[in-house]
Amino acid sequence: MEKKILIPLFEDQVAPRFDLATEVFIVTIGTDEQITEKRTVVLPRASAEDLCHLILMEKIDTVICGGIEDEYYQFLKWKKVSVFDSVMGSYEEAVKFSISF
Amino acid sequence: MTISEIQQIQVKGLFDTPVDLLSLTEKIPLGIIIFNTQKRIMLMNRSFEALCGFSMDVACGVSCFHIMRSRMCMHQCPVSQMDAHSEAISIESDIINKDRQLIPVLIQISPIKDANNDLVGFLETVEDLRPLKEVDSTTTHAYAFHNIIGKSSQMTQLFHRLPLLSQSDSAILITGETGTGKDMLAEAIHQASNRAKGPFVKVNCGALPETLLESELFGHQKGAFTGAVENKPGRFRLAHNGTLFLTEIGDLPLSLQVKLLTFLDDKVVYPLGSTKGFQANVRVIAATHRNINLMVKEKKFREDLMFRLNVVRLHLPPLRERGEDIRLIMDHFIHVYALRFKKDIHRLTKESLKILMHYPFPGNVRELRNCIEYAVNICQGNEIHPTHLPAYLAETEFFEKKFRMEENQNPQISSTTMPMETKEKTWASLERNMIIDALIQSKGRRNKAAELLGWGRSTLWRKIKFYHIDG
Repeated sequence: MEKKILIPLFEDQVAPRFDLATEVFIVTIGTDEQITEKRTVVLPRASAEDLCHLILMEKIDTVICGGIEDEYYQFLKWKKVSVFDSVMGSYEEAVKFSISF
Repeated sequence: MTISEIQQIQVKGLFDTPVDLLSLTEKIPLGIIIFNTQKRIMLMNRSFEALCGFSMDVACGVSCFHIMRSRMCMHQCPVSQMDAHSEAISIESDIINKDRQLIPVLIQISPIKDANNDLVGFLETVEDLRPLKEVDSTTTHAYAFHNIIGKSSQMTQLFHRLPLLSQSDSAILITGETGTGKDMLAEAIHQASNRAKGPFVKVNCGALPETLLESELFGHQKGAFTGAVENKPGRFRLAHNGTLFLTEIGDLPLSLQVKLLTFLDDKVVYPLGSTKGFQANVRVIAATHRNINLMVKEKKFREDLMFRLNVVRLHLPPLRERGEDIRLIMDHFIHVYALRFKKDIHRLTKESLKILMHYPFPGNVRELRNCIEYAVNICQGNEIHPTHLPAYLAETEFFEKKFRMEENQNPQISSTTMPMETKEKTWASLERNMIIDALIQSKGRRNKAAELLGWGRSTLWRKIKFYHIDG
């Protein structure tokens, strides 16, 4: 089954704060566990609300992030989005890990 | 360095026997993190583990921003600009811990140097501000900003602006008559700002002679002048990471105005006799009871300095213009002093209230406070009667007249008490009317009119010309 992952970015790292990220990496993983599409989206401003909106609009299945406030974490869970928080390291490593997960 | 290696680090030479570094830091009830020049965490104490939710073995060797997760990490990491000679800085920020809680914190960062003065890492302390914020929210009173109270429209407008202004680092110029609370306002702004944890340094520019003031403000190097036996940091340096309050800025000598101007431009302090500057992170708040605009016109105050200080101007209205506030402040001080002097005084009698409400209070809130303090001291019962009030208050009419006479005799005093334009208009028109009245009374005879006015004939002639009365 196809899976769409979103990772808030801070340079080449997973952003330490979900609410302060101004760039996100969106990757689609096909049924054969290969990346079928990837792109970086620059956000007009850092905002947890806007990011949640983008996640829903893009029909994201999984969010990989650093620190996230409980309010937004619970909201995304309620919207059936899987959230892996407190992730540290480069976003490429995070993508690799999520494929093998 | 692994966690087990760190656990074995010992501090030698401090006590008779070596002690574990970790056990030493764990006794401190403040989050402590030590990281290297690559910003990778080397050590953190238990308080910080509790605050951020990550254990030392997870955090060891990880980039600090992944563990700290503070706002400042993503916006303006101060460590990037620090070197071995940088001063410690403190920043109010917030972090998101592992339990997904947003916690307000105060972060202090200082560089760690080795014996050769080379930068080897950084020490960061993190203080949880949640208890302080809770206290703040419970002590906020209606009609008040910190210790300043008032519900008149001018004060309400001021209170609305203050929280926003506190958060910025812009220079502030506070104007207002003596006793209106300029010092309190400056301190309240400091307390409400991100610099609240830093020092609040007050300098009275009118209290020291010029030569002393320069060394007091900017500091001096050892040997800079006779008697400079040691280095002195100066108030600007002492106010680093805090606020410097320059009261009576109107009394600052012109030579120092230039130096202050230079500081406001490049934020570098050069102590007397030193060629090396110090980058001071200071917010400047200035206050004066003088009419700065008039002083600029009279070339007693530099115009360029006024423009730099005048980024935000806050005017504190005199008490006589604050209407309903007089009653509010009266009740406040009765309550405060009754508590302090352990007396059971609740109110003023109608007569006392009438006297106080009709008094012009040239000394403003300070004078009102002193009157109430006096009355509470004298009063034996639980109501303040007119006999308990200072005697001069009852002579209101006499006082009003005296106050007006002083204003007329000394235009400089009056210029400080009201905006310049109004004063000029009032006095000029008043004088013109006086001359016309005298001329009418004397039926146009100038000698007689001059006599009536108590002036010399030439003075009258000059003023008639000036006001174009003979037109």
